[in-house]
Amino acid sequence: MSTNATAGPTGPSSGTGLSAAVDLSPKSRPGERVITTVLQLSAYASIAITFGIIAALIDPVFDFFAEVPFGEFFSFDGRYAVLPLVTATLMVTVIALLVAVPLGLGAALYLSEYASRRARKILKPTVELLAGVPSVVYGFFALTFVTPTLLQEILALEVGFTNALAAGLVLGVMIIPTIASLAEDAFSAVPHAMRQGSLAMGANRMQTSLRVVFPAALSGVAAAVVLGMSRAIGETMIVTLAAGSLKQFSLDPRDGMQTMTGFMATTAGGENPVGSIAYNNLFAVGMLLFVITLVLNLVSISFVRRFRQVY
Amino acid sequence: MSIAATTARQVTLATGKSKDRTPVSLAFLVALWFSLFFGVVVLLALIINTAIDGSGRFDIELLTNYVSVVRPEATGFRAGILGSLWLMGFTALMAVPLGIAAALYLEEFADPTTRWNRFVEVNLQNLAAVPAIVYGLLAVAIMALLGFRDTGIVLGGALALALLILPVIIITTREAVRAVPREIREGSLALGATVWQTTWRQTLPSAIPGIATGTILGLSRAIGEAAPLVVVGLAGSLLFDPEGVMSSVTALPMQIYSLTSNSREALREAASAAIIVLLAMVLGLNALAIFIRNKFQRSW
Repeated sequence: MSTNATAGPTGPSSGTGLSAAVDLSPKSRPGERVITTVLQLSAYASIAITFGIIAALIDPVFDFFAEVPFGEFFSFDGRYAVLPLVTATLMVTVIALLVAVPLGLGAALYLSEYASRRARKILKPTVELLAGVPSVVYGFFALTFVTPTLLQEILALEVGFTNALAAGLVLGVMIIPTIASLAEDAFSAVPHAMRQGSLAMGANRMQTSLRVVFPAALSGVAAAVVLGMSRAIGETMIVTLAAGSLKQFSLDPRDGMQTMTGFMATTAGGENPVGSIAYNNLFAVGMLLFVITLVLNLVSISFVRRFRQVY
Repeated sequence: MSIAATTARQVTLATGKSKDRTPVSLAFLVALWFSLFFGVVVLLALIINTAIDGSGRFDIELLTNYVSVVRPEATGFRAGILGSLWLMGFTALMAVPLGIAAALYLEEFADPTTRWNRFVEVNLQNLAAVPAIVYGLLAVAIMALLGFRDTGIVLGGALALALLILPVIIITTREAVRAVPREIREGSLALGATVWQTTWRQTLPSAIPGIATGTILGLSRAIGEAAPLVVVGLAGSLLFDPEGVMSSVTALPMQIYSLTSNSREALREAASAAIIVLLAMVLGLNALAIFIRNKFQRSW
């Protein structure tokens, strides 16, 4: 941000041409003007992607609601009902958060409060590696190891070939780094004076971490959890493979159930002609998904801003 | 900030440690260790399990053959590996110049009023967290708008992946550019260079390691992503190599996706081996990024 002060808002050729002793007016540099315009257009194009997404989705969504009434879309049964997809998404997301929130926050606390600088330099990329593994690989793992070996053999649960439990557990592992890295930022932003005050009162590191650092970083923790939730809702391949493609309303995590993203992947992979209701249904679900994640992302960003402002 | 933080941390360690030996706090420490290593253990289990499943298929045919239903035991992922490399190349071609240009404009040229900055910041952070599958829908709409009739071509797939990683590249590039000290710019400007000359000859070269790290991490995300490719209509299996931007293409993650639901044992085994190939590519790119960060990153 600070650099902008030197760059100045007036453009490339006028701000810095003051060195000439005789002619003080800046030299005209048409080449640089072209370059600046190109840079400016790239920036605007990138920022316009948000509006591009909305524009891309809005047309098919209108076509869809011209043929399918609103009430039929937001209902529990019927061919175009979206609510079973939403409940399945929530089910998988809750399971994922149950795994990822404690583990992610634990890892973040260790990295920020206990690890030495050198240890952190090695441990942090290791944890972040988990987010780098392709989701189709996690999906395959859920399908070929977690469900048959872990859930059915070792834990002796009666789960289906595809089920929300396996999908949620693996999804949880995938979003650990998302939560851990944002939460670690928040913990590290807590001023050291607060820790020293706590330690001076005779508290040990556990008490300091849990009673001083954690509450002080609460808005950052909230941001991390909400962002993790947004990631979990939008993740596609794990749930497509491991949660199954049966659209049904169920509250039993041992059942297979189709999530919003799972529905989108299955529909898009199928043979629906462009412009048909089934095809436009894909965009309607996509729009709902985009709106849900947009709201969650904005909530998370505003929480982040809060902890940045406080400290 | 970082120096102050380290010294303060050393003081903290010196005073806090002696009281850490109560059973409760030891249990707490163990719990933290557990959360730190749980994910790593899962990742190891994943790699070992998959490697054992696919162990029969680590041969050259895995890389050179096409998927074969007639001889599933000799099936290979030539089309997917080449397809992924093609997609990667065109994704980089679209996303990297655009992303760097956008980041340079936002950091070095744009109007620094807080309101605009805040809007850009929120916008980019949100875009980085938009579900990958939504970028597939956007790419479909753009391809239709541009008048391309065929689905599942190199251009469409690369467009979806480029849109997906563009925000990541912009954000990391902005951070790298912001980390270049102001004095370097001021020195250049004071010698009479224009803002563009300063950016091109001073700021950008100093920020290259950071930009390279971010770009490689973005590309490693793109190479493993399947969801937007499904939406764009990439085939799960093809029996020819991609030949140009308009050619039909498949990708390694797409092939893995289409084979997981296959009931034939030999094809599932081949999919396991293909996962190891994909993981080697992704983890290799990650390692390269970390190497560049540790080796070339300067701290001023």
